[in-house]
Amino acid sequence: MPSPALLEAEHVRVHFDVRQGLLSRVQGQVRAVDDVSLELASGETLGLVGESGCGKTTLGRALIRLIPTTGGVIRFDGEDITRMEGRALRDRRRHFQMIFQDPFTSLNPRCTVADILGEPLDIHGLTPSPEARTERIRELLRGVGLDPQHANRYPHEFSGGQRQRIGIARALAVEPRLIVCDEPVSALDVSVQAQVINLLQDLQQQRHLAYLFISHDLAVVEHLCHRIVVMYLGRVMESGPASELCREPLHPYTRALVSAIPVVDPASKRPRIMLGGDVPSPIDPPPGCPFHPRCPVAEARCRAEVPVLRTLDGGRSVACHLV
Amino acid sequence: MPLLELRDLHIHFGATPAVDGVSLSLEEGRTLCLVGESGCGKSITALSIARLLPMPPAHYPRGEILVDGQDVLRMPSRQLQRIRGGTVGYVFQEPGASLNPVLRVGTQIREALELHRPEAATEAEVLRLLRLVGIPAPESRIRDYPHQLSGGMAQRVMIAMGLASQPRLLIADEPTTALDVTVQAQIIELLKRLQGELGMAILLITHNLGLVTDIGDRVAVMYAGRIVEEGPASEILTQPRHPYTRALLRSVPELGRSTDRLASIPGTVPSLGQWPTGCRFAPRCPEVRPECGHHMPELQEITPGRTVRCPFSEP
Repeated sequence: MPSPALLEAEHVRVHFDVRQGLLSRVQGQVRAVDDVSLELASGETLGLVGESGCGKTTLGRALIRLIPTTGGVIRFDGEDITRMEGRALRDRRRHFQMIFQDPFTSLNPRCTVADILGEPLDIHGLTPSPEARTERIRELLRGVGLDPQHANRYPHEFSGGQRQRIGIARALAVEPRLIVCDEPVSALDVSVQAQVINLLQDLQQQRHLAYLFISHDLAVVEHLCHRIVVMYLGRVMESGPASELCREPLHPYTRALVSAIPVVDPASKRPRIMLGGDVPSPIDPPPGCPFHPRCPVAEARCRAEVPVLRTLDGGRSVACHLV
Repeated sequence: MPLLELRDLHIHFGATPAVDGVSLSLEEGRTLCLVGESGCGKSITALSIARLLPMPPAHYPRGEILVDGQDVLRMPSRQLQRIRGGTVGYVFQEPGASLNPVLRVGTQIREALELHRPEAATEAEVLRLLRLVGIPAPESRIRDYPHQLSGGMAQRVMIAMGLASQPRLLIADEPTTALDVTVQAQIIELLKRLQGELGMAILLITHNLGLVTDIGDRVAVMYAGRIVEEGPASEILTQPRHPYTRALLRSVPELGRSTDRLASIPGTVPSLGQWPTGCRFAPRCPEVRPECGHHMPELQEITPGRTVRCPFSEP
């Protein structure tokens, strides 16, 4: 029996108005996220992959209600949170937290580590006494592999990898069930990346966390995620179990993405599908399939008709006329 | 004679050493990749080649930088001007930050031409350079400002500027780091094609070992201001001998290689000037021995053309 989804998104859309000119008139719309549906179970990691501007960060933020949605429904633990406000929303927020990309700008430089970790505890009233609060902060630091003695230091006294651990501890402070990780390792050195990835995996096993892992690095995503959703210009191009999707990508975009990843071992080099051009501007998306201007196999139909996301065997789906 | 030769190069910022005895050489028309994590001194080494580091605080207590046999560190400024953006062209990491935001793209390339090839400072030459780096419809692009270009296009413009002086050595410092993987692949292909057509040597500075397979003839791996391993790219990637190179290769997730856990390197990269005594990788080394903390191992030649700074490295 399939486990009930912790997070469900149905036909979520996030559109932004484009304002220009002296009177800031609305000149058009950016469809940053256009009709995206996904599901995430408890203890599962879902990877959200795509190039910059594909809407993956916007979707991640919209799903935990950090930015408003234009349409669609978001359910957390079976409950509709799409339009929830005020106290009710704040109570739910305890269960979904976020880890940001840049460990240098996402921690307040004027707060000590104890302040940073204590704030969410205070907001949600999770520690009854000052002693319990101090103990909880020490426990959180130990949990992410930092020295509890360092609680009174400031963020600038830590390295990038250590700061990212502080960001993770902050997210864990309220014992969430879901963490949205937005490129949490891309600003880190290669040798430190692996430490943080391993830490995220350990924490998931200990606490049965669900992750929505946003990244442009397909290799990291394949390593860490159970399932992957590939986005392009705000739409889902393909989704499926991580290893199958990477081993045998179906959508021409996923195929190009997989083939563009640099390979260290010369023996396992794949033939490269070179994509021309850049991601088009989402203000003025191409008609038909959003990928057709760069697609090596595009046909007349691709220029006219938007392909629907079709469900295939083995939990995979793909939005392409030609698959 | 190699086109570029660094001999025992030391670079200090004030009293803090940043590069500590680096020797490298690069032949005409070949590619050398300088690989390492942030703070290892790779970018500083690259900038020093045309003496682009501000002095002070930077100074060079020891060593030589030979471009075409002539020492850049002891060169009069007129001669240095011919090296900067002349014999040696640069492409930097963030194209958005390196281009002048208030000048049109065409004007900026033309400026590079006026400095180094005044006879060729024409619109036709600007268009030819833009075409050479694969910019579609260059006639309309030369009137664009940098903010109108995508990251990949801006990097192509930077490469066109780097090529304006017809350099014999192109130094590319993390040229693809800020770009998407599909665009990264385009830029690396472009550099390879240009090298084939123009015959220039490339010094590629990168933290991404994956790029080395694509483009590098030789690789030098740097850690904490020193080279720890150097040799042919194919050998170093398949049979790394220094524990740091090995750990670095193991810690990168690779597509299709399913592992439950990544082999991470404990600790962090030591910051500038806070280098441990003895072997600088010893505190993080999985194969460390008691004697590693005592003295800095020398770079030893293990096979012709291949050196390693670890006395205990086994194949």
